[in-house]
Amino acid sequence: MIISQKEIDKELPKSADIVIIGGGVSGLGVAYELAKKGFGKIVVLEKDYFGAGATGRCGGGIRQQWNTKENIILARESVKMFKKLPGELKHHIFFRQGGYLIPAYSEEELEQYRTSVILQNKFKVKSKILTPKEVKKVAPVLDTTKFIGAAFNPSDGTAYPPALIWGYLKASRKKGVLAYSKTKVKDIVHENNSVTKVITSRGEIETNMVFNAAGAHSREVAKMVGVELPNYAIRHEILVSETLRPFLEPMVISFQSGIYFSQSNRGEIVGGIGMPEEPGIITSSSHAFLKQFAKVLVELAPALRTVRIMRQWAGIYDMTPDARPIIGEVEGLEGYYHANGYSGHGFMLSPVIAQMMSEIIRNKKVSIGQDVVDALNLKRFETGDYVKETMVVG
Amino acid sequence: MRKEFVCRCVDVTKEDIYNSIKMGYRDIESLKRFTGAGTGPCQGKNCLPVLMTILAEVVEKEEEDMVSFTQRPPVHPISFGAVAGVKKVTKGDEK
Repeated sequence: MIISQKEIDKELPKSADIVIIGGGVSGLGVAYELAKKGFGKIVVLEKDYFGAGATGRCGGGIRQQWNTKENIILARESVKMFKKLPGELKHHIFFRQGGYLIPAYSEEELEQYRTSVILQNKFKVKSKILTPKEVKKVAPVLDTTKFIGAAFNPSDGTAYPPALIWGYLKASRKKGVLAYSKTKVKDIVHENNSVTKVITSRGEIETNMVFNAAGAHSREVAKMVGVELPNYAIRHEILVSETLRPFLEPMVISFQSGIYFSQSNRGEIVGGIGMPEEPGIITSSSHAFLKQFAKVLVELAPALRTVRIMRQWAGIYDMTPDARPIIGEVEGLEGYYHANGYSGHGFMLSPVIAQMMSEIIRNKKVSIGQDVVDALNLKRFETGDYVKETMVVG
Repeated sequence: MRKEFVCRCVDVTKEDIYNSIKMGYRDIESLKRFTGAGTGPCQGKNCLPVLMTILAEVVEKEEEDMVSFTQRPPVHPISFGAVAGVKKVTKGDEK
C-alpha cells in the first residue's frame, strides 16, 4: 500500500471565492459553516498540520462563567453548539459537562463571584455560589479548608480539541471545501482597498475575500493587508498526567493562583498555570512551570501527589488589550474578515463565532445579535470604548 | 486473529495505524493525537521508530516531513509530589 499525501491535498486551485488562513478551530469552523450554507469555492490554508497552533495545544475547557456580557453570550451559545456538533459533523468530540468550579479564598474574592453570578444568571447561565461543604461534594479530591466558598456552573465542561478539528475538516471536505496543510501564506495582494490575491508557498490564488484565522500569527497576516492589530503572543504551558480512574467531574480553576485542571475522558489530569512571560512565539517547556503547577496542585489536592506527570508542552495565547476576541470586518478594506485575539479562550468560543462570521461574510443578519459583533470590532481599541474581561488566567 | 502491536502502552495495533492513514491522518503529529500511540508511560520510546517506519513505507512524503513527533519533558514519568518537593509520607510516594 502506497498512499500519497497529495491524494488529499491536491494541487492548489487558481482562484477561490474565499481563502481562509489558519487550519485551527477558528478557520475550519468558518469553512464548515460557510460550506453548510452552500457558499462558493472555499480554500483553507494551514502552514503546519491541522490544529498545530493553539487548538491542538489547549486544555479543552468550555466555560460560561465570565464577567462581560459578550463572553457570557458567546460561551452560552457555543455550549449549545458543542452539544449538537458531534451529530452534525458525524464525529465524536468527547464533550462532557462536568461543570467549572472556581474556589474563593477570601470574602472579597467571593463577593466578586457573587456579582458575576448575577450577571451570568441575567444571561441565562445557571451558575451559583457553593459553600465549602457543597464543594466537597462536587470535587471530593479538593482540600477545601482554605475555601470560603466557590462559584460553580454545572453546564460548563470540556472537549477534546483535535477531535473538533478533525470533525470540521471531514465534514467540510465532504461539502467541497479544499483544505491544505503544510501551505504557508507569504503575502496578500490588495489594490484600491480590496483583496485580490493570496501568495502561498505552493502557488497563488486569486480571491476577493480573505479570512484571517491565524491565531498567534494573526498580527503578521494582518500586516500583509496593512491592518495593525493590537494583539500580542504569550506562551502558556500545560501538562498531562498518567491516566486514572474517573474521580474528578468538574474543571477546577483558581484566579488566585492561576491554576486550572480537569480530568480528561481518558482519565488524565490536564492542567496549566499562569506564569509571568515575555511576549513572543515560544513553545518550549520550562521546569519553572512544572514546579509551580505541581506545588499549587499538591496544596489544592494533596491526594494527587503520587500521580505521575507524563508530559508537558506549550501553546500560544493571542492576547488582546481587553482579553476579548477581535471579530468581524475592518473598515475601509473590502473582502477582509477576521476572528483573532481569543486570549486563551478560542476553543470554547469558536463554534458560535464561526457561525456568526459565516453570517457576516454572507451578508446575513447576525442571529445572536449585532451588538455582540459591534462590541468586539477592532475599532474599539482606537476609540478606547471597551470593557476588560477579568476572569482570565495567565 | 493475529495482532501486531505498535504502541504497547496504549494498545495501538499496526492495523489501527494503517486504518488511520487511510482515513487521512498522514503526519506523525496527527497520527499520535488520533490513535493515542506514543502518549503512554514510555512517551513513544518504544513505538516512535515503528510509527515513523510505517509512515515512510506507506505515505509518499517529502524528506523534510519525515520527522518524529516533538519529544516532551519529563524524560521519565515523575510524581507531582516529587516535583513539588513534598516529603515521602505514604506508600507509593516517590523519594
